[in-house]
Amino acid sequence: MLRSGHAACPGCVLALSLRHILNTLGPETMAVAAPSCAALICGAQPCSSMKIPVYQTTLESSAAAASGLRRALDTKGKQDTTVVVIAGDGGTYDIGFQALSSAVERNEDMIYFCFDNEGYMNTGGQKSSATPLYASTGSTPAGKLSKKKNLTEIMAAHEIPYAATASAAHLADLVRKVEKAKGIRGTRIITVLIPCLPGWGLPDDEAIATARLAVDTGVFPLYEVEEGQRYTLNQTTRTRPVKDYLMTQKRYRHLSAEDRDEIQLMVDRNWTRLAERSATS
Amino acid sequence: MKDTSSTRMLLTGNHAVAWGARLSRPNFMACYPITPQTPILEKLMDFQMKGELDAEILTPESEHSAMAACVSASMAGVRVFTATSCQGLLLMHEKLHYAAGLRAPIVMFNVNRTVAAPWGFWPDQTDSVSQRDTGWIQLYSESGQESLDTVIQAFKIAERVSTPVLISHDAFYISHALEPVEVPAQATVDQYLPPYEPELFLDTERGESVGNVVSPEMFCQHRKDMGQAMQLAIAATQESDAEWERLVGRGYGVIETYRCDDAELVIVTMGSMCGTVRHAVDEMRASGRPVGLLKVRLFRPLPSAALRDALAGVPDVLVLDRNFSPGTGGVLHQELKSTLFGMPEAPRVHGYLAGVGGVNMSPGKIEELADRVCQAEPSIQSVWAG
Repeated sequence: MLRSGHAACPGCVLALSLRHILNTLGPETMAVAAPSCAALICGAQPCSSMKIPVYQTTLESSAAAASGLRRALDTKGKQDTTVVVIAGDGGTYDIGFQALSSAVERNEDMIYFCFDNEGYMNTGGQKSSATPLYASTGSTPAGKLSKKKNLTEIMAAHEIPYAATASAAHLADLVRKVEKAKGIRGTRIITVLIPCLPGWGLPDDEAIATARLAVDTGVFPLYEVEEGQRYTLNQTTRTRPVKDYLMTQKRYRHLSAEDRDEIQLMVDRNWTRLAERSATS
Repeated sequence: MKDTSSTRMLLTGNHAVAWGARLSRPNFMACYPITPQTPILEKLMDFQMKGELDAEILTPESEHSAMAACVSASMAGVRVFTATSCQGLLLMHEKLHYAAGLRAPIVMFNVNRTVAAPWGFWPDQTDSVSQRDTGWIQLYSESGQESLDTVIQAFKIAERVSTPVLISHDAFYISHALEPVEVPAQATVDQYLPPYEPELFLDTERGESVGNVVSPEMFCQHRKDMGQAMQLAIAATQESDAEWERLVGRGYGVIETYRCDDAELVIVTMGSMCGTVRHAVDEMRASGRPVGLLKVRLFRPLPSAALRDALAGVPDVLVLDRNFSPGTGGVLHQELKSTLFGMPEAPRVHGYLAGVGGVNMSPGKIEELADRVCQAEPSIQSVWAG
């Protein structure tokens, strides 16, 4: 469902993730793309690299545009066409957040994919509200002084039918989540962590390993939330300390041992909270 | 001919708009409430609740999202209507360009209201005239009846030239004033406006995409195509209006000249001001002063040829602008001077900022202005009338 010749950077796992997502969704799918790396990978009109119709909207409006497309298809009796959003973290956590919150509140029937590379990487690497604490970007050269917004928890607070995190290093888990989401009606959101090779300062062959480290260290835990209530943590343990994840990326090169310890504590707190919710729901 | 199947109702201008939208059988609407537009939204919701309107209605969190949803719905190939006013129209600005660029034949109704800051709720056309470069066809209405008729006509125009249409009427003077309105029968409208069946739309069978990146050459060609569609829109508006007139006996033209024969002064304006000027013209004609009215109904594309024809041989023109572009003055004043430029023996064009911010312009005040300008050389700049 994703043709060769697309415009992803060599080694980018966004293309890999997109291919698995599209193959799982199948041809009776339409995508609304916000300007993003994903939109550029789709390429030019009218023939994009994706074998489904892609409507590119403006950066802040993907959830609203998907709502309009969904309702229009409904009036044509096309309820079986799956409407998906493909957006980046800037178009989701930041400028598109208002439209997303509104669409989730209305429980619009769509699957929203946020390809989270933790910054405005398509514009050369500036911070977004998905950029983690202390990460260096073009607009936070000394490191970001605030924490990453927790999108999945915010979505859970909307009591969204399905919210999940996923990783390009765990493709079977990603595919399972896409299949599960496809079987649910209402708004569903899957946030896929996409290590950005130039943005994070990684060698071209390190994207998968970095995505795996994010999961193994508990920096980006894989989990699902249904109806904002039922939490399922998809991994039982953390196998590595956070510093193993931080030390391989140039964006964290300036961190002191104390900075790394602070991030470890933050990750520990988040993990404990998730594990408790998962155990009690 | 007279339409004998219509029903006469006492309607506000906004409810007349809602009736026009209902009769046009849109499939999708997205609306956000704003004073003084809200009666349009509420009436449409009421029609839908009673099963009299079979449309999906989305009520998102902002006008920006409303227009974003309208554009994508239009790309799916369904008929789309929305309504807004002042701040809402301005919030949509980015998506107005987007809709026009994607050639989405959306019809939107705007209730002209002052643009903040400071806040006001008064009739002023700066909100819509300032959107003149977004690629939307723009029509201005003088009455509830005209608003109803224009909504129906607008779908025909929009779908014929694949270009969105914005119709405006003035806050309160038209939007909330009650008047008897002839509401045509559904069968009449169905005869006039067939279902929207576009050749191109988002379709999983074809897999084609829209809105994505293009080359500079493709972009330039795209703009040329938009320009060509705009030029075709003048004839499309004339023909759609004439066809409607043949069915129901009411037509408005792209411009209207009222008592302009042998006029030595023609007053040019848009919207509800036309009604006031009509009255002032009658008064002046009664006292022997040769004054006429030229109503600009189609503002984008500006019907230049029709304006030049209508004003040929007229010594003086008085433009009344209920809008203000700081640093330029009255927008219609500037547009008219530009359109008449180079015309042999062009009229002297006197521009007045009249009724900006909802300031009342009485027929008496208009008569005073008319008397004043005929004895003066026109100023390059627009002059404040009040």
